Amino acid sequence: MAAVDIETATVHPGDGHVAPDANYLVAERTLRSWLVTRDHKRIGILYLAMIVLAFFLGGVFALLIRIELFARGRTIVDAETYHRFFTLHGSIMIFLFIIPSIPATLGNFFLPIMIGAKDVAFPKLNLASYYIYLLGAAIVISSIVIGAVDTGWTFYTPYSVQSASAVVPMTLGVFVLGFSSILTGLNFMVTVHTMRAPGVTWTRLPLFVWGMYATALIQVLATPVLAITLLLLAAERVFGIGIFDPKLGGDPILFQHFFWFYSHPAVYIMIVPGMAIVSELIATFSRRAIFGYFAIAMSSIGLAVLGFLVWGHHMFVAGMSEFGTMLFSALTFLVAIPSGVKVFNWLATMYRGSIVWASPMLYAMGFIFLFTIGGLTGLFLGALSTDIHLTDTYFVVAHFHYVMMGGTVMGFLGGLLYWWPKITGKMHDEALAKVGFAFVFLGFNVTFLPQFVMGSRGMMRRYYDYRSEFLRFHQVSTVGSWLLSLGLFITAYVLLDALWRGKRAPRNPWGSAGFEWMTETPPPVSNFRETPVITRGPYDYHVATPEELATGWDEVADDEPGQGDKS
Amino acid sequence: MTNVSEPTNTRAELGGQKSARSSSAFLAHHFATAAQQLGAAKLGMWIFIATEILMFGGLFCAYSVWRGAEPEIFDQAHHFLSKPLGAANTIVLLFSSLTAALAVRSAGLGHRQATSAYLFATIACACVFLVVKYFEYSHKIHLGLLPGHCFGHPGFSEAMRGGREVGTCLRLDASDAPVMPEWLRAVDESGRVRVLPPRANMFFGLYFVMTGLHGIHVLVGIGVLSWVLVRNIRGSFSVQYYTPVDLAALYWHLVDLVWIYLFPLLYLVGKPE
Repeated sequence: MAAVDIETATVHPGDGHVAPDANYLVAERTLRSWLVTRDHKRIGILYLAMIVLAFFLGGVFALLIRIELFARGRTIVDAETYHRFFTLHGSIMIFLFIIPSIPATLGNFFLPIMIGAKDVAFPKLNLASYYIYLLGAAIVISSIVIGAVDTGWTFYTPYSVQSASAVVPMTLGVFVLGFSSILTGLNFMVTVHTMRAPGVTWTRLPLFVWGMYATALIQVLATPVLAITLLLLAAERVFGIGIFDPKLGGDPILFQHFFWFYSHPAVYIMIVPGMAIVSELIATFSRRAIFGYFAIAMSSIGLAVLGFLVWGHHMFVAGMSEFGTMLFSALTFLVAIPSGVKVFNWLATMYRGSIVWASPMLYAMGFIFLFTIGGLTGLFLGALSTDIHLTDTYFVVAHFHYVMMGGTVMGFLGGLLYWWPKITGKMHDEALAKVGFAFVFLGFNVTFLPQFVMGSRGMMRRYYDYRSEFLRFHQVSTVGSWLLSLGLFITAYVLLDALWRGKRAPRNPWGSAGFEWMTETPPPVSNFRETPVITRGPYDYHVATPEELATGWDEVADDEPGQGDKS
Repeated sequence: MTNVSEPTNTRAELGGQKSARSSSAFLAHHFATAAQQLGAAKLGMWIFIATEILMFGGLFCAYSVWRGAEPEIFDQAHHFLSKPLGAANTIVLLFSSLTAALAVRSAGLGHRQATSAYLFATIACACVFLVVKYFEYSHKIHLGLLPGHCFGHPGFSEAMRGGREVGTCLRLDASDAPVMPEWLRAVDESGRVRVLPPRANMFFGLYFVMTGLHGIHVLVGIGVLSWVLVRNIRGSFSVQYYTPVDLAALYWHLVDLVWIYLFPLLYLVGKPE
């Protein structure tokens, strides 16, 4: 193996003059070398910059919504503008931020490293997916100028066919973004299948990789259906083909089926990567082999599969057959099984582990707490009798924010803090990161806990005005949103501050046995100096030697060539 | 060494000795062996084909829902599609799939000239298909069968009652006319006057969207095959490396396959008379 790798490393046709052992951040320094890079690590960072921007933009709309709801009646904008605000908040957060968030950034960066590959299988496609993302994002943002969409992010017909706002540019943008998502998923699937280093068997794949694989599976299988749905919607608006618009003889319920056939699995595109990160965090900061490795890995796949069978629970009150609703309700309850498997295995991993209260671990704990609330309230909504009362109320809003924001965003922030030393080579300020977490966690709960109460008392979502009995709840919620954004700004400051003033990060600051910590910090262009031969699992703390945890693999290999595996 | 499993074995078996040096011209830096690169490329293409099938799957799903709900619309409206032209296009596409497969075979045998000829034949068939499609579309648009606002035009039924063709469709504001057409009498492909049920626009909507999306895929296929043809003429391929020929042919088979379903579902769907 080693001989072959040295051969190919010297040939290196893509970017011939780059030394494969150089630190990827400074191997080339021109702006052009970043914009046309095919290095998955650099593409991950390009994505990260755009995704943080999208998060910021979506967050601004969220704050505007909350400010508008601080008092009854008109506070800052009229009802029309308010509708545009919540549509833009939803669309930007979902299509521009949360769907690409973890896979395109941390996944792009770490998936190849974790399987000992030099890059993803199709580096050019990876770069293409980034520019397709930019194009899609530009079209979505341009729709704000053309005539911001007011349909809600779900684009339900018939209103989306009639609305005077720029529905076609918006759906076209989402269509383009879907391509970017598909290409990322396709790349990850092929990478996991064909690019694993010797010894990285399926049962030694890090759980983060399993999560990315399950996510890729959903991206590849579900997104094309959204693509065709949006194409049909655009054709309906432009040509009036009569598939969805009842005025032309179409069926709006069919649109809901089509839309949720993608958008429910998409929920798992959003949450499974968060779970994947948490699995890594819990193992590292408990200093223990993950409990129930196989069960956690399979539960990711289980979520991916079950996610395709439960879309009907978004439509219980839309007029499905009673038999259909019962079937979808029963299938929905099944989702609780893989979710529960994960949560209990994480708890079992922590049991009698040597827990380190580092900031990423706090986010992992926050994830478990908030995701459990989000998941259990999902069961209220999956049950037919309660769902009829709770449909389209703030209970639903709170539920999915607990899963998406309390789950995915917590996992994303935890993952960013956890891997920041590896990505940038700099250590962040742990104390301030914990302060940031405290604000995020508290602010989040203050924002969304009152919404459960409001919702169960009949406060409908997307309403511009409300009855006076909800005033206090809305005000608490709005104040919470300020705390939450303060916490996010503190965390952003912690990450940026590390770049300029952070101490140089050691190779393995958290003492993890994970494969990605076994290479240099920051990683070389080819990820490992020579292709590693893996002889243990990523959570085998009982097998990993103390030297290995301190100095990784290739320093040993420097002394004894060919013994990098030291079995 | 414990249990060093599939990846090593696969690479060792398939890649073997000839990997790095002999194939360095086309082997990307991040692959260890040519076999690994080929495996990745093929898997990628198959996954892409799966996404394509799911995308068309949405349309087929809409088709089944509507056909299940309103079979008589399909029964009547399909007579407005030309069976001979559809059948001709089916034969053209099937033949092009054969030439695409032969192109892959000759590329594998290293017959560069033959590969070029087969690729050219495939592209030519694709063009023939689009030309036929053009005549079908323009005839239907001429008849005023474009869905939606056009179809709802009251002049359509008026003109059809007299057995005349409407000429180009007049667009009306939605408020001007009842959008839902009444039962329409119209002349079909075989010259018979037929009664089209209301909402027949939905059939033509499906027809235009499904064949239109397929047509876009044919166009993309022409582009991809031309690019592969140019590379083949330039001599970029060898017996060791002809992956692009292989993948382009795979894509072309998909385009063919989708049509194999579209033809009976749209053109031959009615009850026997």
